[in-house]
Amino acid sequence: MYRYDEFDTAFLAERNAQFRAQVERRIDGSLTEDEFKPLRLMNGLYLQLHAYMLRVAIPYGSLDSAKMRVLATLAERWDEGYGHFTTRQNIQYNWPKLRDVPDMLDALATVGMHAIQTSGNTIRNVTSDHFAGAAADEIADPRTYAELIRQWSTDHPEFQFLPRKFKIAITGSPNDRAVTRAHDIGLRMVEQDGAPGFEVIVGGGLGRTPVVGKVIREFLPEGDLLPYLEAIVHVYNRYGRRDNKYKARIKITVNENGLEKIREEVEAAFAQARADFDGVDAGIIARINERFTQPDFVSGGADALDAARVDPVFRAWADTNLAEHRHPDYAIVTVSLKAHGETPGDATAEQMRLLADLAERYGHDELRISHQQNVILPHVRKADLAVVHAELKRAGLATANVGLASDIIACPGMDYCALATARSIPVATQLAERIDTLRIEHEVGPLQIKISGCINACGHHHVGHIGILGLDRAGVENYQITLGGDATETAEIGTRAGPGFAYDEIVPAVERLMLAYLEYREDASETFLETYRRLGAAPFKEALYGPEKRKDAA
Amino acid sequence: MPRPFTPKVVTANDLLEGDVVYLTADDRWSRQHHEAELIDDEAHAAIRLLDAERQQDTVVGAYLADAKAGPNGPEPVHFRETFRSRGPSNYAHGKQAVAAQHQ
Repeated sequence: MYRYDEFDTAFLAERNAQFRAQVERRIDGSLTEDEFKPLRLMNGLYLQLHAYMLRVAIPYGSLDSAKMRVLATLAERWDEGYGHFTTRQNIQYNWPKLRDVPDMLDALATVGMHAIQTSGNTIRNVTSDHFAGAAADEIADPRTYAELIRQWSTDHPEFQFLPRKFKIAITGSPNDRAVTRAHDIGLRMVEQDGAPGFEVIVGGGLGRTPVVGKVIREFLPEGDLLPYLEAIVHVYNRYGRRDNKYKARIKITVNENGLEKIREEVEAAFAQARADFDGVDAGIIARINERFTQPDFVSGGADALDAARVDPVFRAWADTNLAEHRHPDYAIVTVSLKAHGETPGDATAEQMRLLADLAERYGHDELRISHQQNVILPHVRKADLAVVHAELKRAGLATANVGLASDIIACPGMDYCALATARSIPVATQLAERIDTLRIEHEVGPLQIKISGCINACGHHHVGHIGILGLDRAGVENYQITLGGDATETAEIGTRAGPGFAYDEIVPAVERLMLAYLEYREDASETFLETYRRLGAAPFKEALYGPEKRKDAA
Repeated sequence: MPRPFTPKVVTANDLLEGDVVYLTADDRWSRQHHEAELIDDEAHAAIRLLDAERQQDTVVGAYLADAKAGPNGPEPVHFRETFRSRGPSNYAHGKQAVAAQHQ
């Protein structure tokens, strides 16, 4: 876990004092809303449908028990007793009162947390592989670089007024769990001649115009990371469109100017930036590495896992919720925040405290938040898995569905979000309940369903194997289905299946897709996505719309 | 022929709480949609919106929302306004919780 230094502490204290004064001036009438709005957004405070919403950054999704306990305190003391983990590895509080927000920020600062740059046209919280530092397939821990990017991008004077928001994702593994191809910049660690570096992907993004990012540099030596990033954002800052909000993201800049031109400009800016940096970043990386404490892994005890598997409930959970750790006697535990019928990504204060306790007792004091809205205990000894499972079960946190159909990503949608055009959460909860009733998901196997309540695609619907987009069609909620999306290193944007479905038709429609898959797959080893790729959309469209409808559409 | 004017209510969010509020005929901000002033004249609607926008120290983001007359007062027309008048559908928080306490 990274330990923050004195600079971070002083910086946060000053920012929080400034914001406290700004809130006071808003309340006493010295500031109008037009003046106050950009100030509150800089500190992560939105005004949503029913209340204010505070978005707190969890840098690269990594936290420890002390941080998690403070998140629980915020939920309990200043909210309705829960928090919502998002697809950007942040946490959102849905019910803060304006007067309380400065106290909330001060509480966060006691553990080095904040809400800075969780909004606005800046470089947002850098996201990362939620198995960072633990995954068996990892080349190097991406969090060192993520922390470097965090320090570089926080309050970067050149990048506080970009044409639009800017999102960077980084993974240390060739297997992409951080959706790097759907970010403004994606960094995927690769090796060349035994040396680590990055494949640099630019111009990816979802939203109104979904684009899979393009490789701008096949191999960037790790030491050149910051000057190269600075060069990209510099070129974007110069060429990105400010005349049209919908054409302002770097994906449009790349498409309009062409990748070749952008690459030339970036390389020219990079030459300059590299000279300016003069190796200062290498010194910072060394300092960051020093401040990342590595867990002292304890060997042995792996046999306990086989013994525990005698219990069928434990076995089902172990089959879906455990991933391979780089240490043979450890496992990565994914704690599902997707209990059937519960809001995806929500955790109560009690659940957060239990997760903090488990991390402290059995997990080398580390936790991660995944973009899939689950919580990860990255370092659990196989010897301790049975007791961890038992504790999770008592808190309603032992749902065995990670990677399965009910492990649904859903944005807050029109239950909370002011931008939403339809609800997402009740679609997710009803779908998960239906899947549970059918007892179908273990047979269906790996299936990613992702739901967004508007075209901005916070729910990543474009890269869901089954994507659902909620829209307002003539004053009625309507849900479009996309098929064949892929969020991994083989990223693909899903294809729209056809006309949308009404609110009460969408769950049966997705059910028909799952049943069609079971009918058409070659055998149990062929996943939904593989079957879709083999057969194309036709049989799935028929399942959705029936044979006649399909003829009409042709 | 000009298009017929859809009746409106003036709505906003409370500055301190963030809760949804509605402008009443007697110039209060009510938490209840049915207490709102139902405005069926376009010019009057524009004036009432200006009245609301002047109250920067009380409310945020005032706008006109479509509404219709109901047995207990104005009712929302669009589903977004129905959700705003009620609260989220996944928990009994917001207005629903307040309403439950008063029952």
